[in-house]
Amino acid sequence: MENGHKTGNGVAAPACEVAKVPEEEIAAICARYGCDKHRMLDILREVQDRYRCIAPSTMDRIAAGTGLTRIEVEGVASFYSFLSLVPKGRVTIRLCDDIVDRYSGLDAVTAVFEEVLGIRTGETSADGAFSLETTPCIGMCDQAPAAMVNDVVLTRLTPETARSAAEALKAGQSPEQLVSERFASLTPHERALHMVGNNIRHAGEVLLGPVPEDAGLSNAVSMTPAQIITTVEESGLRGCGGAGYTTGRKWRFAASERAEKHFVICNADEGEPGTFKDRVLLTERPHLLVEGMTIAARAVGAREGILYLRGEYVYLRELLEQVLEERRRRGLLGEAILGVKGFDFDIRLQLGAGAYICGEEGALISSCEGLPGEPKTRPPFPVNRGYLGYPTVVNNVETFCHAARILDRGAKWFHAMGTEGSHGTKLFSICGDCLNPGIYELPYGHTVRELLEMVGAEDAAAVQVGGPSGTMIARDSFHRKLTFDDLATGGAIIVFNGARNILEIVEYYMSFFVHESCGYCTPCRVGNVFLQKAISKFRKGLANPEDIDYLKELSGTIIETSRCGLGMTSPNPILSTLKNFPLVYSAVSKPSKDGIRDTFDIQSAIDGARKIAKRRSYIFDKDFTQ
Amino acid sequence: MSGTKKETGFTFTIDGIEITATAGQTIMEAADEAGVYIPRLCDHEGLRHQGSCRVCTVKAGGRSVAACTQPAAPGQAVENETQHLTKMRRDLVEMLFHEGNHLCPICEASGNCELQAMAYRLDMTEATKFPYLEPCRALDASHPDIALDTNRCISCGRCIRASQDVDGKGIFGYVGRGIHRRVAVNGENLADTTAEVTDHAISAEVCPVGCIIRKRVGFAVPIGEREFDKGLIGHEIEEKRK
Repeated sequence: MENGHKTGNGVAAPACEVAKVPEEEIAAICARYGCDKHRMLDILREVQDRYRCIAPSTMDRIAAGTGLTRIEVEGVASFYSFLSLVPKGRVTIRLCDDIVDRYSGLDAVTAVFEEVLGIRTGETSADGAFSLETTPCIGMCDQAPAAMVNDVVLTRLTPETARSAAEALKAGQSPEQLVSERFASLTPHERALHMVGNNIRHAGEVLLGPVPEDAGLSNAVSMTPAQIITTVEESGLRGCGGAGYTTGRKWRFAASERAEKHFVICNADEGEPGTFKDRVLLTERPHLLVEGMTIAARAVGAREGILYLRGEYVYLRELLEQVLEERRRRGLLGEAILGVKGFDFDIRLQLGAGAYICGEEGALISSCEGLPGEPKTRPPFPVNRGYLGYPTVVNNVETFCHAARILDRGAKWFHAMGTEGSHGTKLFSICGDCLNPGIYELPYGHTVRELLEMVGAEDAAAVQVGGPSGTMIARDSFHRKLTFDDLATGGAIIVFNGARNILEIVEYYMSFFVHESCGYCTPCRVGNVFLQKAISKFRKGLANPEDIDYLKELSGTIIETSRCGLGMTSPNPILSTLKNFPLVYSAVSKPSKDGIRDTFDIQSAIDGARKIAKRRSYIFDKDFTQ
Repeated sequence: MSGTKKETGFTFTIDGIEITATAGQTIMEAADEAGVYIPRLCDHEGLRHQGSCRVCTVKAGGRSVAACTQPAAPGQAVENETQHLTKMRRDLVEMLFHEGNHLCPICEASGNCELQAMAYRLDMTEATKFPYLEPCRALDASHPDIALDTNRCISCGRCIRASQDVDGKGIFGYVGRGIHRRVAVNGENLADTTAEVTDHAISAEVCPVGCIIRKRVGFAVPIGEREFDKGLIGHEIEEKRK
């Protein structure tokens, strides 16, 4: 097993370009962020962008510039997937490796990139021009296969378009030129739409239909904070990121906490594979989002806010910065908002750097504080002691947008939509084996079957509701409803037809959780690796019926002892398929004739020695003709 | 403990035993004072609570929580030594054994090792069912007085907190993510840091396993006369109740 990155602690890292960088340049980058250790992620991102690597000597300089130790800087630099301790290419191509991309022809696209660039996935070319990597879901499952090329996104890749892109890059074109020859003259919104389609298939009444400008905020300024909170409570709005906590109650807790400062943070880190609803809101409703955050700020008494944008959505950074700037200019952010004395609020954009766990509330706060994205111990809860120890409201993009609309149209209007306990509309991002993948804004309460008819997926055999941490259901459950009480989802609906291999999907999802576990607690860090290994045993046809009990027991331990929601849900792909697709497992497991369970694989055990000796074994090699 | 209620005190129960606690105390702190042992590996007296090994998982109010970080609540019924929880804890300890390279018969810490002692306490007597991950990890013998054998590291982070908070040095820290997360040193190797053998972080009590090794003192205490040869791990705490 490869254990950890290879730098520091005695193992020499390859020479990095940054070794030539004068100390002043690093000091200048630190100074740009006020030499503030809480801005470590911004500092490291900038160093990475500029020098393609964060070398040990650089870490020493950053540590000196921010008053930290080198190991603290290394702890952050080595945590995020988009930061690297070894040099990356000037152009880094990250192919989205989600299961939906794999089923949409990722292999052929990868092969083309490898062929044209002359490197394999995971490698950097000798001249330092290119790195080719894979990355988990980048939020483009409705236009897969997709890839990030530095800060731009390519979608709907085919072997042909991949070839022309790779050849153009090799000929010296910039990633931006791949998007459009006129890239420089496009507005940020036009740029985003040139890269990524919205795919809005059904606009609902609340978010994607016509929305008046700042009508909610105008109402909010004439209300007291308590009235705003009561309105949000009465609307029945619940968090749209997946957990479904009552939004009004969260605001009330934060508002009632006496503190010197309060903070409002927007979680725009939708990383659940198959989720891309916030992408569309960020593109088409950014003003509504900021309006919602501003209303929340008034409700809880916050003067500062953070919009945490996942690193994969870096292509939206310009657009969002422009929106914030425009609102400052129009008096909708900054001091005395809408002329109301004492209503001061501003927002900074915090970019992530490739870590699914940062979608977890506490981890997101850690990341905003410039730390590795590790969840925090609860209690205290963020509403009591969150960002930098101050009471903090963290809500999802969609939740803030809903809140702004509720302040415009009133609690009753919102409450009347949906079902009891699940009020209003929800954005569903639907992808996979269907004719019309994209965004559907619908009231809560539709059945899965109704949704499948809408998206053109009548031959669906399995539906993953809520992404890998949700539930996979079979045809016999398509009558179930999309509500918090039945099938809860943050928005992801992934459709699989009868030709797909359920165990392949489960194995992929487990590898995703292994990759994204922060590693803080034992059960999630180690247990998920064991689950992944056990599933691959089923895939290879080496499993016994006892292995089914093993999966259930191990899953139970992980769920019960994990520290945060990631570990508490990571066994769900296994448990929900064991429950809903039991035949898949029994079909590939067979009782051993001699009562002995295979726990030792002679093939892999002798593999290392065999390679060194360059000899083959007549007895143990499966296929001697290889 | 005198048994008299403190001014802001309240009571709760662990496995039916009444425990007195003060506001803000964690379940484990109150239990330790009362002489009820809750198994733990990453928690250590005098160091900030971390809640990462999860061996101290208890049931409180029907929920699973880490006793080292969860505040005690008045009237709460906490489950500690149930068959179910012991099984979970054994799974966690087995995970730690399988994650690293632990070879008790050749380890200098054998008999003083908390991981080994916890395995005995939790009755880890049968062949384990997990796969061995057999990582390839570094040995760092660069320092004149101290060696690190990270094969035995269980990522409890006690050395990190001891060095940061007690020694005020920050010799150690976590790097990496997920299964690759590990404890590393603040420099190229240990000799490149300001570590001294007199640091609290280096002392025998901080590292629960045989990862941090003080050179030239190995086997000073023979096998058979070591800490856990005298009794199960946690017996000092349990003796308070007797």
